[in-house]
Amino acid sequence: MLSPQKTLDTYYLEARRDLLEVAAMLDRYDEAVKRDGAKAENESKKVSLLEAMEILAQPEHPNANRAEQLLNHFAKIT
Amino acid sequence: MQIIQPHYHAIARTAQDYERMAMSGVVAVCEPAFWAGFDRRHPETFIDYFAQISEFEPTRAAEFGIRHYCWVAVNPKEAENKELTNEVLRQMPEFLGKPTCLGVGETGLHKSTPNEIESLQAHVEMAMKHDQLVLIHTPHLSDKAHGTKTVLEVLAGMDVNPDKIWIDHVEEQTIEPVLDAGYWAGMTLYPVTKCSPRRAVDILEKYPRERLLVNSSADWGPSDPFTLQESIVEFRRRGHSLQAAVEIYHNNPCRFLGQNPKWDIKPITISEE
Repeated sequence: MLSPQKTLDTYYLEARRDLLEVAAMLDRYDEAVKRDGAKAENESKKVSLLEAMEILAQPEHPNANRAEQLLNHFAKIT
Repeated sequence: MQIIQPHYHAIARTAQDYERMAMSGVVAVCEPAFWAGFDRRHPETFIDYFAQISEFEPTRAAEFGIRHYCWVAVNPKEAENKELTNEVLRQMPEFLGKPTCLGVGETGLHKSTPNEIESLQAHVEMAMKHDQLVLIHTPHLSDKAHGTKTVLEVLAGMDVNPDKIWIDHVEEQTIEPVLDAGYWAGMTLYPVTKCSPRRAVDILEKYPRERLLVNSSADWGPSDPFTLQESIVEFRRRGHSLQAAVEIYHNNPCRFLGQNPKWDIKPITISEE
C-alpha cells in the first residue's frame, strides 16, 4: 500500500491530465455554443459534470467514497 | 494519408516504431538532439551522438521507407556545464553541414537559469550565423509559462528571423504570445505531461493554423509516437477535410522545414476525396 505522500506523487500528473481533459471538453462545448449561437437542447450532461465537480470539491469525504458518490450521481443521466 | 513526424527521438525507440509508423503513413521523421536521461560529461559523447543521428539513424529509418532528418544542440538541462556547452558548440558546425541535418535544436530552457539563457543565446546566434533553422524547447509543467516568456524575451533581444524559429511544446497558456511574436508553434502530444491529442485539435480549431506544427511524444520516457495519429483521427472525427489534415500534419512541416534546402519533401494536395 502507498503512503499518503507517495499516493499524491504517483497519481498527481495523471489526475492533472484528466482534469485538463474535462476543462478542455467544457471549453469545446462553449466554443461550439459560440459557433452555433445556441446551447445544446439538453444540457443535463454538462450540468451533471459540474455537479460532480462540486462533489469532488467538498473538503471532507470521511468514507473516502468519492468514486462511489460519482457513480451514483452519474447514474441519474440516461 | 502521408504524415510527417516533426519531433521524434528515434534512438530511444525500436525498429517496430518505424515499421508501424510506415504502415500508418509516416514518410519522414525529424530527430532533435535531446537529453539522455543523465547529464553527459564529455563533449565527445555529444559528437558520437550527433554522428549517430546524422549518419546511422537515417539508414535505420530507410529500412522502412522513412526519411530521417536531425537537429543538433546541447540540451538545456546540460547547459549548466558551460565548458561542455562551449566545446560542443565549437564542433557543431561540422554537423550542420551533414546532408540530413536541418538546424540547431532542441535548444531552449528547462529551469530558465542564467547559464541556460546564455546557452540558448549562443545556439540561436550560431543558427543565425549559419542561416539555420532553430528548434526551441520550452519547459515542462509549472515552469512552462515563465520559461516560454523568458524564451520570447531572449529572442526579442536578438537579431533573429522568426520565420526560421519553431518554439515547441506550447499549450493553451503559451500559444498566443508565441504566435503573436511571429514564430512557428509546436504542440507535443504526450500521454500524461504535455498536450493531449484532443486538446491539440481544440487549439487547431481556435488559432490560425499557418504556423502550427503537431508532433508526437517519442522518447525513452512514458510516450507514444501514435498520439500524432490519434490527433489526426480526432481532427477528422470533428468533420475536418482530409486536405485540412494534410495541411497540418504534412504540409506545415514541409513549409517550415523546407526553408532548409536539404528538406526536399513538398506540400501535397489531395485531388479528390
